[in-house]
Amino acid sequence: MIHSLFLVNASGDIFLEKHWKSVVSRSVCDYFFEALERATEPENVPPVIPTPHHFLINVLRHRIYFVAVIQSEVPPLFVIEFLHRVVDTFQDYFGVCSEAAIKDNVVVVYELLEEMLDNGFPLATESNILKELIKPPTILRTVVNTITGSTNVGEQLPTGQLSVVPWRRTGVKYTNNEAYFDVVEEIDAIIDKSGSTITAEIQGVIDACVKLTGMPDLTLSFMNPRLLDDVSFHPCVRFKRWEAERILSFIPPDGNFRLLSYHVSSQNLVAIPVYVKHNISFREGSSQGRFELTLGPKQTMGKAVESVLVSSQLPRGVLNANLSPSQGTYTFDPVTKLLSWDVGKINPQKLPSLKGSVSLQTGASKPDENPTINIQFKIQQLAISGLKVNRLDMYGEKYKPFKGIKYMTKAGKFQVRT
Amino acid sequence: MEWASQLCENRGLGSKMTDSKYFTTTKKGEIFELKAELNSDKKEKKKEAVKKVIASMTVGKDVSALFPDVVNCMQTDNLELKKLVYLYLMNYAKSQPDMAIMAVNTFVKDCEDPNPLIRALAVRTMGCIRVDKITEYLCEPLRKCLKDEDPYVRKTAAVCVAKLHDINAQLVEDQGFLDTLKDLISDSNPMVVANAVAALSEIAESHPNSNLLDLNPQTINKLLTALNECTEWGQIFILDCLANYMPRDDRESQSICERVTPRLSHANSAVVLSAVKVLMKFMEMLPKDLDYYGTLLKKLAPPLVTLLSAEPELQYVALRNINLIVQKRPEILKHEMKVFFVKYNDPIYVKLEKLDIMIRLASQANIAQVLAELKEYATEVDVDFVRKAVRAIGRCAIKVEQSAERCVSTLLDLIQTKVNYVVQEAIVVIKDIFRKYPNKYESVIATLCENLDSLDEPEARAAMIWIVGEYAERIDNADELLESFLEGFHDESTQVQLQLLTAIVKLFLKKPTETQELVQQVLSLATQDSDNPDLRDRGYIYWRLLSTDPVAAKEVVLAEKPLISEETDLIEPTLLEELICHIGTLASVYHKPPSAFVEGSRGVQHKRIPARAGSGESAESSDVGQSGPSEAPPAVIPSQGDLLGDLLNLDLAPPTATVPSVQPSMQMGAMDLLGGGLDSLMGDESDTLGGDIGGSPSMGAGLGVAPAAMPTALGIAPAVGGGLGDLFDLGGGVGMPTGSYVAPKTVWLPAMKAKGLEISGTFARRGGIIQMDLTLTNKAMSVMTDFAIQFNRNSFGLAPAGPLQVLTPLSPNQTIDVSLPLSTSGPVMKMEPLNNLQVAVKNNIDVFYFSCQYPLSLIFVEDGKMERQVFLATWKDIPNDNEAQFQIKDIHLNSDAASNKLQGSNIFTIAKRTVEGQDMLYQSVKLTNGIWVLAEMRIQTGNPNYTEMELSIKCRAPEVCQFVFLCYELVLKN
Repeated sequence: MIHSLFLVNASGDIFLEKHWKSVVSRSVCDYFFEALERATEPENVPPVIPTPHHFLINVLRHRIYFVAVIQSEVPPLFVIEFLHRVVDTFQDYFGVCSEAAIKDNVVVVYELLEEMLDNGFPLATESNILKELIKPPTILRTVVNTITGSTNVGEQLPTGQLSVVPWRRTGVKYTNNEAYFDVVEEIDAIIDKSGSTITAEIQGVIDACVKLTGMPDLTLSFMNPRLLDDVSFHPCVRFKRWEAERILSFIPPDGNFRLLSYHVSSQNLVAIPVYVKHNISFREGSSQGRFELTLGPKQTMGKAVESVLVSSQLPRGVLNANLSPSQGTYTFDPVTKLLSWDVGKINPQKLPSLKGSVSLQTGASKPDENPTINIQFKIQQLAISGLKVNRLDMYGEKYKPFKGIKYMTKAGKFQVRT
Repeated sequence: MEWASQLCENRGLGSKMTDSKYFTTTKKGEIFELKAELNSDKKEKKKEAVKKVIASMTVGKDVSALFPDVVNCMQTDNLELKKLVYLYLMNYAKSQPDMAIMAVNTFVKDCEDPNPLIRALAVRTMGCIRVDKITEYLCEPLRKCLKDEDPYVRKTAAVCVAKLHDINAQLVEDQGFLDTLKDLISDSNPMVVANAVAALSEIAESHPNSNLLDLNPQTINKLLTALNECTEWGQIFILDCLANYMPRDDRESQSICERVTPRLSHANSAVVLSAVKVLMKFMEMLPKDLDYYGTLLKKLAPPLVTLLSAEPELQYVALRNINLIVQKRPEILKHEMKVFFVKYNDPIYVKLEKLDIMIRLASQANIAQVLAELKEYATEVDVDFVRKAVRAIGRCAIKVEQSAERCVSTLLDLIQTKVNYVVQEAIVVIKDIFRKYPNKYESVIATLCENLDSLDEPEARAAMIWIVGEYAERIDNADELLESFLEGFHDESTQVQLQLLTAIVKLFLKKPTETQELVQQVLSLATQDSDNPDLRDRGYIYWRLLSTDPVAAKEVVLAEKPLISEETDLIEPTLLEELICHIGTLASVYHKPPSAFVEGSRGVQHKRIPARAGSGESAESSDVGQSGPSEAPPAVIPSQGDLLGDLLNLDLAPPTATVPSVQPSMQMGAMDLLGGGLDSLMGDESDTLGGDIGGSPSMGAGLGVAPAAMPTALGIAPAVGGGLGDLFDLGGGVGMPTGSYVAPKTVWLPAMKAKGLEISGTFARRGGIIQMDLTLTNKAMSVMTDFAIQFNRNSFGLAPAGPLQVLTPLSPNQTIDVSLPLSTSGPVMKMEPLNNLQVAVKNNIDVFYFSCQYPLSLIFVEDGKMERQVFLATWKDIPNDNEAQFQIKDIHLNSDAASNKLQGSNIFTIAKRTVEGQDMLYQSVKLTNGIWVLAEMRIQTGNPNYTEMELSIKCRAPEVCQFVFLCYELVLKN
């Protein structure tokens, strides 16, 4: 199981270590540092690194490497998932997961890590349970604690720990009972030179924020549940009911949680909301190249495409870019050769464009590689797959909750080849 | 002996620390201050002090000096303070075992506390204190907690059994805890069941045959019930445990599959992959015509695809596993090609894996798409990725016959880009395409020839030469082309030289009239001017063949080549089966069986996919065979070396006037020296990561690779060339050995680095036994006991042959001398420098690490005297590049005294002769791993003031020379 955890910051310093079995010397991380040195980019460090006696499994999150040390045969995904849980918990507790936040709360961090893993076995990883065991630091609580001498550590066994609904504590009380659901879809797509779609898929999630008194039992139904053939559920969802009736039935955790995530890959269901017209050309023997980009809306179901950001890694031989955008601002970093253009909202009447010339380094030959254009955007009030929630019902409690559902579509890895 | 395992990583101990407002450097005063605060009357102050101590601990500072003070804070009703003290205890109890006993009472008391949280906390912490003495006190509370009324306490206690087992396995068995643990599998609470399974699985790993997890239909049923109700982590443990079960029949198999399938929709990817493992294994038992079998196959695809939309680290692990799954059951993902298309900002490790799977899934149906993608990738920035993409195009051509033409034209397009590495890679794969589809695409040869000049990588040059030779009759200027390569023959790599030799012989056989001169030229270059035995042997064989029987030569050289297989890097079926049983584990990431790399798995069971019950055995095996093309026996290219081996055995007389100076059998003896010894020296196990995809069917160097049937005539020198012996002065004055030189002891581990333990030492070889002489000094204030020693892997496999014999405790200021016998049978890993040895020494206080360097003479064996003839042959046979020259100054010895001294260290003088006032000594040394080192030493005679010696050292492993020289210097100067 998981032996030890080292946290390494962007400059390659270990700033925290935690051991769940015997102490493993931090010099084990030398193997990690070797891999880090070899990697061309910070994210290119291989996730599993063998050393003579251990294996190092690492994830990079928020510019911190979480390096877990294992000694025996352990499923790597188990370790990676656990590390994700650690990151989520830190974020949950401290608002941000950063080196500064971790150092400021080092004792709470240590208490948390101790509570999350026992002898390498996960113990309590649900945020609800952890929060009952160790209260998150707030300014108010720190003040109160210093005056009254009370502690951050819960004295009682968390109620959820062993019940059949471990994700929910009992005795939850709210004056305003509310349940909000966000349907968020991300489009991953590769579009080829000519504008036709090579692959496109939708990664969707339904994130919930539920603040309901007592033990509510919710059912959520969809207008078109057939869309969802590849789903992953929060453990609270009753799988049998879904199989039989295509209805989500669950006792929700308290607070924020991800109810389900789904995947739509069937090509005809994935609409492509934007198109790009591009002309990036270099002539042999000339040190100037032409650069033209125009964006336009495609299948947006009448909704506006907002927060558009275009970025592209130009060829290494490019020295500088001299462009003029019809709207928004653009930057070009001559060191990393990264061009980014903050477009904002696409106005279908007046399509945004970025035109001008790029200059090559003197003597550089015509670049071999074709830059790929990366596009980010948001579309409010639309789930591009067409998924729609039909109704939400609550059983088991008497009050009337306030309910809300929001839709949003975003670009995930949306790439246009040139 | 866990501590020793840390040894390796302990190189340099270069700890990097960060500063933060919390952590100023530990000064003496700070510890003192903390001590005072810990003993304060005020609770708040105490707690703050413990927090400061913990903060120091988190960054790896040593705050063990505060042990008694922190433990004193343990008796408290403040739970947070108690937890903090426990945190501290777990870290440091091991270094202060006697003090740790002080804490026992509080633990025992806490185990009786009415609050289950406190009971659980106590039993959990106690198990983490890895001190033998504490374990005795732990047994009673643990027994109670295992039967506690509160499931939270029971599940914590279950894990505690595994902890205790790790510290003292015998105790756990004697106390009957294992049986209690087994009973917990039937516990009413699913969390307790999951933890009991996890604990048993961990214990079972160290007892492979203990049958601890005795799975039967009843327990399986309980596990399946618990599966639905326990946490995600518990589900992983249970699924992994289920995977070890062998269902009795296909009905049971199906019912398990049905109950596991819902796990495929879990949000936790580790749960999903463990479920995939169970299903992949058990579906093997289902009849293929069953409807359910088809349903199950369909259900497996979506979760695997979903894994690919996760974070890159998860993707990587998933891809490595999918690689196995598509080899076993390609039908699962055959329609999902597109999800493996590469995004330009994927991390490189994801890109390479995706590419590999794309080729595995390539079929006639999707080849157009795949090729378009691959062509796109070939214009990317990352050179490794581009190369692999180009190779992939070649593999597609070989795999999908219908696409070959399109692949070739794609490759030609890429060659037109003139990007150097793309062109070279393309030529290498086109060669393979020519092998697979002979006489089909020669029209492209002209284009290839245009790029001749830009090829600078040996593999590409060799491929191009092969193509020219193979199609010599259709290339008008083939002779010119090959001749142009011949100009720089000696600067080419062996691969290219061999290929050039063969190609020219082919050319000669096809166009004998114009190319006689050329073939003469290459044969003499290969046989007379080359030091490379492979090249020379091949040259002679061609020469003899051509001169004795040109018709036979034609049959041999221009023989029809066996087809190359379409899949070159499939995992061998039995290994694949085993790996399928380990889906989701490290083994599946490395594509190696767990036994190959997991340490501590003391004896790993080889897992097998269950055979289908019910149907006849023979039907079953053919079933497996039909499940995918992967099982089709790959067409293997017979090593052309075999053919050569046969030829060599024919006793042929030397054909021409160029008599080789040494007979073949002797050369082989010499060649064999390089065999095992070098391998073990070079043995580098670091490249375990990542399956290599770039497997183009290697045929290039097939000819002339050392034949398998190599006579192992080591040391048995045939009586050859009596005249050769004349070179040596028979009266080489060799005296009696005087014993090897032993360097004085040096301090290896200073006391300040090892909490008061000072170690100095040296190495000696006495009568064939290697010894490490150590002096241990206790400069600390307390008694030291329990000494033990361990080495890291090293270049020559040095390892302690027995335990470190320090029988009496070492009291303060006491010094003790110990001699530790060493063997050379330990694990081997090449070190830098070669003679570096990393050592871990343990005592009751801690584990300490140091590294030292041993003189190479330590591993010079006593039977290192080589026969003269062998010496001469070997000397000639080792390439001159491997020779190293050294000078030794300020030596006042004549040659006899010198060789006497050297013999004491197993450097043997074989012969001596005197030329122009110089004594030339010929010497040999054999290392424990069978490597021979040869030396020539030149000493001026008759001039006592002349104090310089010259030394030439030759060895197959040239990196050894430097260290051998150091031994010479050491021995001669002392």
